[in-house]
Amino acid sequence: MHPAFSVIFFTTASGAGYGLLAWLGVFVALGMLPADRWFGLVGLGLALGLITVGLLSSTFHLGHPERAWRAFSQWRSSWLSREGVAAVATYLPAGLFGVGWVFFEQANGLLGLLSAVGAAVTVYCTGMIYASLKPVRRWHNKFVVPVYLGFAAMTGAVWLTALAGLFGIGNPLFAWLSLAALAITAAIKLRYWRSIDNDRGGSTAATATGLAGPVRLLDPPHTEENYLMREMGYRVARKHAEKLRRIALAVGFAAPAALLLLSLLLEGRAAGGIALVAALAATGGALVERWLFFAEAKHAVTLYYGAQSA
Amino acid sequence: MTSLPENPGPKRLGLVIDLDICVGCHACAVNCKEWNTGGYPAPLTDENPYGAGTNGVWLNRIHAYESGEGANSRTVHFPKSCLHCETPACVTVCPTGASYKRAEDGIVLVDEDLCIGCKLCSWACPYGAREYDHDAGVMKKCTLCIDRIYNENLEEVDRVPACVATCPVSARHFGDLGDPDSDVSRLVADRGGYDLMPEQGYQPTNKYLPPRPRRTETGDTGAAAALTPVAEAGGFLGWVDRMLSR
Repeated sequence: MHPAFSVIFFTTASGAGYGLLAWLGVFVALGMLPADRWFGLVGLGLALGLITVGLLSSTFHLGHPERAWRAFSQWRSSWLSREGVAAVATYLPAGLFGVGWVFFEQANGLLGLLSAVGAAVTVYCTGMIYASLKPVRRWHNKFVVPVYLGFAAMTGAVWLTALAGLFGIGNPLFAWLSLAALAITAAIKLRYWRSIDNDRGGSTAATATGLAGPVRLLDPPHTEENYLMREMGYRVARKHAEKLRRIALAVGFAAPAALLLLSLLLEGRAAGGIALVAALAATGGALVERWLFFAEAKHAVTLYYGAQSA
Repeated sequence: MTSLPENPGPKRLGLVIDLDICVGCHACAVNCKEWNTGGYPAPLTDENPYGAGTNGVWLNRIHAYESGEGANSRTVHFPKSCLHCETPACVTVCPTGASYKRAEDGIVLVDEDLCIGCKLCSWACPYGAREYDHDAGVMKKCTLCIDRIYNENLEEVDRVPACVATCPVSARHFGDLGDPDSDVSRLVADRGGYDLMPEQGYQPTNKYLPPRPRRTETGDTGAAAALTPVAEAGGFLGWVDRMLSR
């Protein structure tokens, strides 16, 4: 599948934003974060900023962005519509949560929890958009939704650790939570990669055409590439995919984990500074992972254009 | 509304495509483009039509495959357009209600005034039936020539999809596949018509008729297996034969 930058940026940025929003809500409800105005402004500002920039960027690839409001109408059948509804609905508790925290220095735990639930539901819907697409077998996979939830929780936790450290309200628990999220998400992603590498099922050129095999493409329909080939036919070379997987693991998981362990040895704002580098690395690794998620996905329509299995 | 119709009628309009006799002339694709660039989904934009890197929207495309190996291998011309599936995920993924399946005849359509051009429906179709029009910013697909098949301004004989009307070898058939007694349903039953990628679970309405088995023995074609001497003739011809045989 063609890795459109707007969609990769949207899912990574909004994932991190929803993760951070959820953890802020949960830890306020647990009474583990002070209702400090400036921390609330920066923390919720970053979370809602990432979410909003991500949502706006996702409209850039639309043919008619001015009609985007129509996408809230088909929540009965469409995961994309459900994602839109959940995203907008989450702004309500998150906005009130932020107003109370920043303007009145009263962080409401209930509004925090509601924001966390909204964030989790939105990221779940994002994952389901991909997981529900049967023609892309590498997306129609039971690990896809956990991967989306894992990356949101992981990047959000590392950003929380960084911000809390920089504001001098750090808690070793945040770093340990981040390390746990990194370990769990890495484990899920490795299971996903193993799952797609060992998958031998799916459609073939023979089932796509119903002809006796082997089926070879003799003539494509036209001499030029068409929309289907450009949109669905994107391939990344296997050797590059393996290298990029290692880069995603090193930058997105190993580096943040090592930096967070280092931050646990330090005190105060120095620990926050190290954790900030960890947050940037985890987000960068998530971008590489998301790019690969698209580039490695094979669409069934490629079977009509010479692919043997998809 | 992108939920599938709750009470679909019995009618399921669709195409039956005979891979045994399709000669791969592309006339159906050309007539499809010709009709539909002025019809319901108009225009079917072509970008840079006369230069290198042409990019155009086609609702029907003809592939050609080699199938099998050795003496049994063959060339198969393979036209492909929207299959108007019974469970079309392209419809249910649509966030705006632009894509819908008609309850009365099963035709899958796009309301271009509601389409936001998110392209998710084209991702949801395993058959590549939907093509995005970059110029119009909306998704285009086969309408089964809805503006022909119900068009009372046309002669009744012309109320078939453009691709069916133009096929010079009658490799394309149009009809109601929901009616087991229709001509197309009988054709499917007689010839072993099949679904493309049944494992995807979309239950396509359009059916494909397989190429007939190759006739490899001389007797298969109706000719005599070997020449046999004609019987001894009498009369005038017998006399000529005897005279010339001297």
